Formats: sequence, C-alpha cells, structure tokens
Amino acid sequence: MRLKCPANFRIIRLPCTGKIDVIHILRAFEKGADGVYVVGCMEGDCHFKSGNFRARKRVEQAAKILDKIGVGGERVKMYNLSSGEGPLFAQYSIEMDKKIRELGPNPVKVALQAKKNAA
Amino acid sequence: MIIASKKPIEEIIQEVKDYKRLLILGCNECVTVCEAGGKKEVEVLASALRMHFIKAGKEKKIDERTLERQCDHEYLEEIRDVIDQYDAVLSLACGVGVQFTAEKYHSTPLLPGVNTCFLGANEQRGLWTERCQACGSCVLARTGGICPISRCAKRVMNGPCGGSGRGKCEINKELDCAWQLIIDRLRDLGRLDDYEIVAPIKDWSTERAGGPRKVVREDVQV
Amino acid sequence: MSLRTLDELKASGELRTSSKLEKIFKMGHLAVTSECGPPRGSDPKAVTEKAEMIKNHVDAINTTDNQTAVTRMSSLAACIHLKQMGLEPVLQMVTRDRNRIALQSDILGAASFNINNMLCLSGDHQSFGDCKQGQNVHDLDSMQLIQTVRRMRDEGKFLGGDDIKRPPDIFVGAAANPFADPFEIRVPRLAKKIACGAEFIQTQCIYNLDKFEEWMRRVRERGLHEKVFIMAGMTPMKSAGMAKYMKNRVPGMDVPDEVIARLSGVPKEKQAQEGIDMCVEAIQRLKEVEGISGFHIMAIEWEEKVPEIVERSGLYPRPQI
Ligand code: SF4
Ligand code: SF4
Repeated sequence: MRLKCPANFRIIRLPCTGKIDVIHILRAFEKGADGVYVVGCMEGDCHFKSGNFRARKRVEQAAKILDKIGVGGERVKMYNLSSGEGPLFAQYSIEMDKKIRELGPNPVKVALQAKKNAA
Repeated sequence: MIIASKKPIEEIIQEVKDYKRLLILGCNECVTVCEAGGKKEVEVLASALRMHFIKAGKEKKIDERTLERQCDHEYLEEIRDVIDQYDAVLSLACGVGVQFTAEKYHSTPLLPGVNTCFLGANEQRGLWTERCQACGSCVLARTGGICPISRCAKRVMNGPCGGSGRGKCEINKELDCAWQLIIDRLRDLGRLDDYEIVAPIKDWSTERAGGPRKVVREDVQV
Repeated sequence: MSLRTLDELKASGELRTSSKLEKIFKMGHLAVTSECGPPRGSDPKAVTEKAEMIKNHVDAINTTDNQTAVTRMSSLAACIHLKQMGLEPVLQMVTRDRNRIALQSDILGAASFNINNMLCLSGDHQSFGDCKQGQNVHDLDSMQLIQTVRRMRDEGKFLGGDDIKRPPDIFVGAAANPFADPFEIRVPRLAKKIACGAEFIQTQCIYNLDKFEEWMRRVRERGLHEKVFIMAGMTPMKSAGMAKYMKNRVPGMDVPDEVIARLSGVPKEKQAQEGIDMCVEAIQRLKEVEGISGFHIMAIEWEEKVPEIVERSGLYPRPQI
C-alpha cells in the first residue's frame, strides 16, 4: 500500500500514547517544531486501558499552555485511529500539515532565528 | 499532606518578567504528590517560560532544579554554590518551602509559583480535599474521627447547624455536611449517645489565633 | 397549663429575669412574637414603623442580626429603638461575625439598655450575603453562646472567669429546625440546647405540619416540652413563587408540594390571601398541640399582616403586663 504523506514531519514512536507527557510536547516546540500531533489507538481500545485518554488530556494541557504563552494551542492535536488504518493516518498528516501551514511557523523558532541572524 | 495548586502562568510571567537569570526550584515532597510543584511541573513551567520570553525577544536564563525538600536546611544547602548565578528563585514548594528558602538566601528574591491551599488527602486522581486546619488540639476522638473545624463551613463544635439538608452543607449541595458524616459514623460505631455531650468552648490559642506556633522537643534536640 | 396571675407567678419564685416574655410563658399564656428586620441603612423609621404596625398584637419583637449574611443596621441598635418605644425586644445574635470578646461586650451593652431577651444563633454562612469574600468568626457556636449568656447571668462571670458588675438580666432563647437533617438527631439536638441553658425556642418556619407534629411527639416523649417554651415559627406565603423559592433555595426549609399546589390553585391576585389563610389554619391546628407555648410570626416585609393573622388565630388581645 502506497501512502502519500507530507515529508516534512518526524515520527516519534512510543509504546503507547499514554507515555507522552506535556513536557515532551513543549520540548518539541522549544526545539523549533511548528506543530505536534499525537496519534493514538481508538478510544476504548487502549491496550493499557486508558493510555490514549491520558494522552488526550496531556495534549489539552499542552494546548492551554501554548495558548497562554502566545505560541498557539491549535498547533497540537490528538488523533485516534486503529492499527489497520494507514490511509487515515496519511489523511491526518495532510490535514495537520495544511493547518500548520495556515498558522505559519512557530513564533519561538522565528524569534530564535531572528536573534541568530542579528548576531 | 500539604495541598497546593499551580499559579496561573500569566501571573508567574508578570512576577518574573524583570529577572534575567531565574532558577525554578521544585520540591520532591507534598507538591510533587499533588502535582503542583515537583520535577515535572518545574520542567513544564521552565519550558513554557523560556518559549514565552524568547518569543517576546527577552534574553533570559531559566534553569531547573528540584530539591528533596525545601523545608529542611540540609537540602536547601545543595543550592548554596549556585544561588549567586540567579537574580531570583521561583519556588514551586508550599509557602513553607518558599519562606525557608528565602530565609536561607537572604539577598535573593524568592517568588511563589504555587498557591498553598490546605492540609488534605488525595481522594482520587486529580481530586484533593481538606481534612485538617492544624488547630493544635485535636478533637477527632470526640467527633467520630471527622474534623468539624476543617470540614464544617462554620466550624461548629456542636453541629449540625440548621442549614444541613440531605446530608449536604448549606453552602454547597455538592459538599458533605461534616456533622452528617459525624453522626453517621457515631451511629455506625454504636456511639450515637455521645452526640449529646456538649463540646466545651474551644481554646483557640493553640490555633493560629494564638500567634505563630512552635513545637519544641528537647528530647530530640542535639 | 392553667393560667396564673402575675402576683401568683411572682410569689412562686419561678421568675429568673425581668423579661416580659418569660412572664407571659410562665403565667400560662400562648406567647406571640414577631420580628423586625433592620434596614440596609441608618433610618430608624424602618424599624419603628414596622414596630408600630405590630406592637399591639405581639408580646415581643425579634430584631434579626444581619440575616442571610446581608449587612444591615445592627440588631442591638434596632433593639434599642424598640426599647425606646416602650416595646419588648428579643436581641438576635449570631456567632458568625463576632468573637467571644465582642459577643460578651454586646450582651452587656444590651443589658445596659434593659434588653431582657436574646436568641442565640450561628447565622447563615457569609456566602449567602453581600460579603462573600469576608471571614467568618465562629469562635463560639450557638450552643456555646447560650452557655455564655447563662453563665454571665446566673454566675455573674465572664468566660474568662472575672466577675461582672451588674450581670445581664436576659431570658435566653435558641432556634430549632425540626426539618433539617439528620432527622433522628433533631430532638437530641434540642435536648442539647436545653442542657446548655436555652429557656425558649423559636422554630424554623413550619409548613410541613405532619413532620412538625412528629417532632413534637418525640419532644414530649423525652419531656423536653416541660423544660423549655417552644414557639412555633410561622411565615405566611405571599405567592406560589415564594413557596417554590423557599422549597428550593432556602437551606433547611421543608415546603411540601401540597402547599405549593394549594397556592398555585388560586389566581395570582388571591394567592397572598390564601397564604394568610393557610398560616391562620396552621396556627389553629398547632394551638392544640401539647407542648406548644406560643407562635413566632415572621412576616418578612409583610408586617402589616401580623395583626390580621393574630386576630384570626384567636390570639388577640394580648395579655397586659
Ligand atoms: S481537630 Fe484540629 S488537629 Fe484535629 S483534624 Fe481538626 S483541625 Fe486538625
Ligand atoms: S450544613 Fe453542616 S457542614 Fe455546613 S455549616 Fe452547617 S453543620 Fe457545618
């Protein structure tokens, strides 16, 4: 099966989305990511029962913080799909790519680059 | 344990905005357990503040550290050699930790990063509730093990007041009436007759009314 | 109880204070009290005009103490206005706003004006009122306040143990809510207040007469009606809307659905009269209940109706003392 995904994102594998913490998402932005999305199993299908619910909450927390510091909470998103849904995975990545392009680059990255250029 | 809640990040930004070199100092005890000021919260806050100030074009050094306790000389000593590198410390410990750190490092401004709320228990994940107001003279033996001072909105010692209804307190339909709980427990213990013993007028001098308090234990002093 | 004359009563040595209310009870009359809520301002007329309306139909008038935690003219000041009109005030005092120093000091202040009755309460929580962000005190609770006044009066001593010069001469009352939960301790709670020294009781507004009579039955079972004078609390409903509000919003209030149904069953403009009728009927029914020593009629901002209620209930004229 050939899937057309945008080539500009990096996949970080986790044993379960429940492993993700707010700090992981924030660090990604600190290091210059323009957006982060978390893809977990379907709700109710977590092998560890509630890993994907926790992930959703943490994504929400990260979004709140990003909003408050002016980076923008819309840059993070949680998706759910089951393991056989490759096309949907591709579709989500296209959707996210489009959204982030609309939002423009991460302002933290922009500020850091401006500083570098000035130096 | 001591229960605290995170201060809103906007408030923290206002407090720290004028300091160039900031140490965010967590505590490994109560505030870690209630998820307000442990290592994790320090990391998240530090990252968020760094991003905020980079974006705002402000140069800042924001470092992270979490001590075993901030209410003990021993652990606070661990930052003695680095304290001079900072213009301020944002402590995520309870009010005790913030003050004890401030006392130790007299010339460094200390800012609180949490709101210290009460002495309570972790009722369930994400829910902490008050259990004690440290009145200094515990009456639990007479009240079925339920504290009327911290759990009754009017701290009545001979309750319930006339506002108790369907087991709930008059101030909030979601709050259990402490005196309903006391009576239920006395009944279950087969001691409902004790209800008619009038609680004597309380000596509040062992509570905050008596001024700042002290516990001195000569037997353990060295 | 059979009636006694004042002289017989005086000779019996049973009087403990100069309170007129105490005399009425002990002479064997059904007493009638009402209340004046002090105003949210400093105009004494708000008190005196209400008192004018009811003074011939009641034996004593309560002045509420920042009721529902809304800031008002002090109950002590209102009592003094009543006293200056030659009336008999009942000073209500809550433990919410004053510590034991202030409470004792106000008791002495009241006694200095020869105010002879007091009602000890804990008071609604401040979150109901206009100072939600304020502190509450509750240094003492209502039972401990009863003990405090009794000690001041009977032993002539302050809580701190010092002697009082000219101790207060105050007849001590307390509130009881037969409808609050848990029901099983409602009577023990009354017993506790009596043990603390309460001499008369004014109850919460009664709408659920069956439940109230059940409470009275349990009160009699323990003989408590012989140790304290119980006044049944009465508040006429002005409308079906008020009844619903009381049922749903006022803590510790028991308004049965039949009450709301009866009021709703008449046209809006007749509901007020229906409310008065219901109040009169309730008093007539409760007059027959053994252990009831009087009625406390709280016609909130509707004082002009008190005379009608008293007259139609057969409680008029009031005994002259
Ligand atoms: S009685 Fe005093 S010490 Fe005991 S639990 Fe209550 S507040 Fe704490
Ligand atoms: S309802 Fe119960 S908990 Fe609430 S103030 Fe009254 S006695 Fe206390």
